[in-house]
Amino acid sequence: MDIHALQQVVHQTRDARRKQTIPKFSSADRDQLIHKYHPDFRASAYRPIRFGPNEGDRTVVELATLLEGESPIQNHAELTPHHTTDVLVIGGGGAGCAAVLHAHGAGAKTILATKLRLGDSNSVMAQGGMQISVAPEDSPVTHFIDTLKGGHMENDHALLKTMVEDGPSIAKWLLELGVLFDRQADGNLHVKKGGGSSKPRLLTCSDYTGLEIMRVLKDEVINQKIQLLEFAAAIELLSDEAGNCAGAIFKDLDNQRHVVVAAKCVILATGGIGRLHIQGFPTSNHYGATGDGLCLSYRMGAKLAHIDTFQYHPSGAVYPEQLIGALVTEGIRSEGGHLVNAKGERFVNELDTRDVVSSSIIRECEAGRGIRTMSGRVGVWLDTPLLDAEHGPGTVEKHFPAMMLQFERFGIDISKDPVLIYPTLHYQNGGVKIDTNSETNVKNLFVAGEASGGLHGRNRLMGNSLLDLMVFGKRSGLTAAGRAGAMKQGKLTLQHLDRFRAEAKKHGNVSGVISPMILPAYTRKVG
Amino acid sequence: MATDDTNVIDQPEVMKPRMVTIEIAGKKVDVPEGITVVKAMWYAGMDVVRGVGCLGGFCGACATYYRTKDDPKVRTCLACQMAVQDGMSFTMMPPFPARKASYEIQKLQDPKQDLFNLYPEAPLCRNCNACTEACPQKIDVREGVWKAVFGDFKSVSEMFMDCVMCGMCTPVCIADIAPNLVALYVSRAQGAHFAEKPVGLNARIKEIQDGRFNDDWNKVLKMNEKELADYCATVK
Repeated sequence: MDIHALQQVVHQTRDARRKQTIPKFSSADRDQLIHKYHPDFRASAYRPIRFGPNEGDRTVVELATLLEGESPIQNHAELTPHHTTDVLVIGGGGAGCAAVLHAHGAGAKTILATKLRLGDSNSVMAQGGMQISVAPEDSPVTHFIDTLKGGHMENDHALLKTMVEDGPSIAKWLLELGVLFDRQADGNLHVKKGGGSSKPRLLTCSDYTGLEIMRVLKDEVINQKIQLLEFAAAIELLSDEAGNCAGAIFKDLDNQRHVVVAAKCVILATGGIGRLHIQGFPTSNHYGATGDGLCLSYRMGAKLAHIDTFQYHPSGAVYPEQLIGALVTEGIRSEGGHLVNAKGERFVNELDTRDVVSSSIIRECEAGRGIRTMSGRVGVWLDTPLLDAEHGPGTVEKHFPAMMLQFERFGIDISKDPVLIYPTLHYQNGGVKIDTNSETNVKNLFVAGEASGGLHGRNRLMGNSLLDLMVFGKRSGLTAAGRAGAMKQGKLTLQHLDRFRAEAKKHGNVSGVISPMILPAYTRKVG
Repeated sequence: MATDDTNVIDQPEVMKPRMVTIEIAGKKVDVPEGITVVKAMWYAGMDVVRGVGCLGGFCGACATYYRTKDDPKVRTCLACQMAVQDGMSFTMMPPFPARKASYEIQKLQDPKQDLFNLYPEAPLCRNCNACTEACPQKIDVREGVWKAVFGDFKSVSEMFMDCVMCGMCTPVCIADIAPNLVALYVSRAQGAHFAEKPVGLNARIKEIQDGRFNDDWNKVLKMNEKELADYCATVK
């Protein structure tokens, strides 16, 4: 059928739906729903990891294969450093920029290496906002509780307390750098309510929060004249004779040569795994989100946490084809947008946590109440025109300019017509286990941002990622800089690789793939 | 999955993709109509490293020049956000050597005057409007440059909130202005120097420093698993 004909039911039921209140699920119903429909519970997609620090733990097949992968570096590789520094930051997104700026500010010699350009990351796409408890009726403790509920009570308490308490000072730092957060009429920071939160707590820069923060941080990294290695993909870490981290080897993607960097401390801020397309899901992630940091730290002996759980953002675009997987910001649901099935019915409280909302969308589609596309996808409607009906004409355009423009390019006006959506692979809830200074169990190896794990439990709350990046980027940078001043550069060795290979051999060898992946293989094999 | 044929969107282009001939950096290739410019490069068997970033229209990595069939006008787009059509010709924009001024944003004494020291070319705009035409984000770039020069930093910061820093406004400027970089400076100066200081935020920072939430923390952190779960259930 013509898409406009299918959308009629959304227009026809709008007024009736506006009078409806959909209660949130009880704790028991919510667990049942998630166990039945959430992709984290699809047993066939998982297998145990055969060896290494997380031997026996289950994760998705795609990730297990990479973790057990072979290093591209041979035992006898040349390790004379091309660069020597105090603090080496790997990754040029939000966590990497925050880390390098703080390490540099604390007086350390720094290098930031990234496999694409400075700033190419998921951070730049974060639209929903950043959770910080600045409102008078809110508190860091309430932020803690909301996050714990969202994470199914499995969050690391120490990490979480650290994040919520550091939040307000992070907002101050960003404001001083010139980040333009939305304001109330009285000059205070404007806060919006996000999914799974009991209080309005989202700081926003219209629907460009991540972009605005990253424009400023990138500019600051350049102004501070921080040494950059762009198009340099980390392919192995280096250990000293005590087994501590002592640097990294990169592949220069312009000429395929190896570049060795000796560093007293290394901060991995390499982001997530969306481009592994776990379970065949489309993804909202950037081109380089291939979980490189997980593989590198795993070979080094760092323990991973919660790597069996991933976040599927409820609203990834399904139509048009060109936007499949692209995010339709949660902000639209925050402002009252309904999720509507093919029969014109709401089926979930739209502000429930992401895992609950995603599971309920999958349930509707599996029960035949979805809308299908001819490329074999299925989805439900997100009633965007409702926002104009509710808050006055022009609301969608004013509050969601990025969304309007993205769809307008393909001839769709989301202020007039609803958007077809389905969950998209969005975030790695777990990652490398860290302490409150962002350090792993491998000394002098820090991990910050999405690559780290423990903070978010089994489901990250909307708006907590941007804060995570800034808080633990800052802490890793300051701790690494403080330590580097008082220590000597260790000798560069690959002894961790010898150990990893020996262990692999005991368990029937590595998986046969070379890891890290670096970039997804999208190029069609021609001829 | 239930198969109910009534709820299927018509997409003839998906059922029978029409192959179209396009030109990528001068080379003719056949690709399915309607796929994005960056996907067309992958389809044509090209490895793309430089020129792809977020794939969501936010990072500005994939700035591209294109022309449609028989149209002399060369236009700009983000390769991840543009569908190909028959006869289209495109090439990605290499990194352009624009000059970025260096500054310590917090230490500026007079940001509106400093603009002319940092970017002395900014007031030399000759109103050709090429920057505005080149902007894939539909920002009125020329107007923004003039507003910056006249000190209306607030308007500039609002107008350029959509800027993805693709830099396509820069090579077209006959006065050698880099409008996106000027706007970035102006926006940061607006935020760091002219925006109101949020009183509530500073109060909250002080409350945390003074230990105002310590009692609440002690209560929550001492709870056992069951007590904590019960307490969480009461917070709505």
